[in-house]
Amino acid sequence: MAEKKLLLGDEAVALGALHAGLSGVYAYPGTPSTEITEFIQGSALARERGVRSRWCTNEKTAMEAALGMSYAGKRALVCMKHVGMNVCADAFVNAAVTGVNGGLVVVAADDPSMHSSQNEQDSRFYGKFALVPILEPSNQQECYDLMASAFRLSEEVHLPVLLRMVTRLAHSRAAVAVGEPGPQNALNPDGDRSHWVLLPGNARRQYASLVEKQPELLSRAEKSACNALEKGKGLGVIACGIAYNYVREVAPEGISLLKVSQYPLPASLVRELADASSRILVVEDGQPFVEEQVKSLLGAGYPVSGRLDGSLPRTGELNPDNVAAAFGLEAGAVHAKAVNLAPRPPQLCQGCGHRDVYTALNQVLADYPSARVFGDIGCYTLGALPPFRAIDTCVDMGASITMAKGAADAGVYPAVAVIGDSTFTHSGMTSLLDAVNDNAAITVVLSDNLTTAMTGGQDSAGTHKFEAICLALGVEREHLHVVVPLPKNMEEITRIIREELAYKGVSVIIPQRECMQTLARRNRQKRAAQ
Amino acid sequence: MKTDIKLAGVGGQGILSIATVLGEAATLAGVQLKQAEVHGMSQRGGDVQSDLRLSTEPIFSDQIPLGGADLIVSMEPMEALRYLPYLGPRGAVVTASKPFVNIPNYPDEAALLAELDALPRVTRMDIDAVAKGLQAPRSANMVLLGMAARHIEVLAPDTIREAIRIIFARKGEQVVEDNLKAFDAGYEGIQ
Repeated sequence: MAEKKLLLGDEAVALGALHAGLSGVYAYPGTPSTEITEFIQGSALARERGVRSRWCTNEKTAMEAALGMSYAGKRALVCMKHVGMNVCADAFVNAAVTGVNGGLVVVAADDPSMHSSQNEQDSRFYGKFALVPILEPSNQQECYDLMASAFRLSEEVHLPVLLRMVTRLAHSRAAVAVGEPGPQNALNPDGDRSHWVLLPGNARRQYASLVEKQPELLSRAEKSACNALEKGKGLGVIACGIAYNYVREVAPEGISLLKVSQYPLPASLVRELADASSRILVVEDGQPFVEEQVKSLLGAGYPVSGRLDGSLPRTGELNPDNVAAAFGLEAGAVHAKAVNLAPRPPQLCQGCGHRDVYTALNQVLADYPSARVFGDIGCYTLGALPPFRAIDTCVDMGASITMAKGAADAGVYPAVAVIGDSTFTHSGMTSLLDAVNDNAAITVVLSDNLTTAMTGGQDSAGTHKFEAICLALGVEREHLHVVVPLPKNMEEITRIIREELAYKGVSVIIPQRECMQTLARRNRQKRAAQ
Repeated sequence: MKTDIKLAGVGGQGILSIATVLGEAATLAGVQLKQAEVHGMSQRGGDVQSDLRLSTEPIFSDQIPLGGADLIVSMEPMEALRYLPYLGPRGAVVTASKPFVNIPNYPDEAALLAELDALPRVTRMDIDAVAKGLQAPRSANMVLLGMAARHIEVLAPDTIREAIRIIFARKGEQVVEDNLKAFDAGYEGIQ
């Protein structure tokens, strides 16, 4: 009997990849994908096999390095949260044009309901856009099982395979039957330059060959065990990935049910379902990706419902309650909402250095009513909430510096950027170079807590290098300051901020103090070792 | 037979340790389990919850439906109230009674406890005081787990005790003993 392990969806993906003969994982931390790479970093099997697993600087460097490993003939995994797909899209889309050598699987963990994100974009669109196969597991067992299928499929069709997760699966635990680890691939670099040198002449040929592969990808999806049709009577339901669980939880007996976990959308199965049913309900987490395709496949005359007609909410994640409502079943609350209840939003930890940074900024900027503070992605985004209310924007990784620059170009003064250390190396360095080259009148606060804190304290790519990086990018020595964000240093910090706001060029202030969480963890480990 | 549990608390209070012990116990007993956790931004001192579903039959949804929970287990009284719409008709609430106040608009404590006590099946205890009384101040969450165990039909208390031994074994015999003592105190309802 196979061994059973209690695993998060993310951990099942990681173990599935290791057992499929993985040679390297490349990733930048991002909720809800972080635990995949962390599991591999902590795995004895990965250590024994020398599986490469250190954190990357961003999703694009991760994707490119993984493509390099695939080029060399070995199996590589790339993991990210959904918005990471935007960062690595250039490499991802073109990896479909070059094709792959060793298996290349890209895991995108979507966050419907935006539990820890700024949008709920659906990564399946990226898979369709790049013309690659997509797998979408419905439960933890499939997370494990589909990794082996994904690597095999990638090598058989010579394409990257996208595996799409959602938060509820990534962060939910269940027992998973696991098998034995299979062998890793040997080093075997691809010798065919015509695939890999995407000069227009080669690229046209490669792109045509990618398009020619599409009927085969469709036929594989139509025959795949991942896509199964159970025929019943009346209503037909298409349930994609995790949606299958909600449908099985609440749906009445006897309906027709098409479970979809492999794309391209298996059109022949959709037609078969349509023939057996009077109407179709599409249940999918995220955006109406399948619903739109089904409508176009079956034509305007066939009744299709889902997120587009309001049968399911247009935004937010699925749950057993909104899926039950789509079947016309009443929601089952018996107790009303409590009266003595207040929201408890997340907040910066007590003693956190970002707190001192915002205290100082607020103190100084009180004298500058026209000041604008451009924020970025990380724990310090919580500075937008009371008691600080200290930032005016938060858009995407690295946008603080470049938005401050653009606003300064337009005449905003003072224009301040607040960015964390890991976000700075992820996407802020090129922004800073633009600002320096334009001599933009901005003050950058590079709040360095020596870790990627928001996602749980992963190594940060630039630790101990920030002064050198800023100087190398052209920031002037006299406008680069390192301070220790503590209440006792408030006088010094506020004085420096005031001086640099007065300077009409690029200044960088680096408040540097370790994250309270990683400090506590280090102290716990020290105590345990004694 | 099934027990659907909403675990609640404030980020950092240790609700996931309770989930880990119950996960181990379910594995020992051959009971099926799904447990959805909260990671990321919401952990920073905000409200956190975890859906823990235990059943002798296959479990589909990772989330508990409204009105579907057999039990709310909370490290904090207001957080217990937050999930009331999920509590089933015969559901029970087991909670720590001491408020954790880290927001300026925390409700009136007396009114909050009165609302809790008006529910049909509620057990609340000052679990921190109980744990301190046992000289095991770090085991308050195991007191709560002991209280909850009375309502978890699908797992025998001895299986949960065994799970505590396994989960905390690497932290040493003293930690195991403290946690077992705390669990028993909660189970017996010793104030």
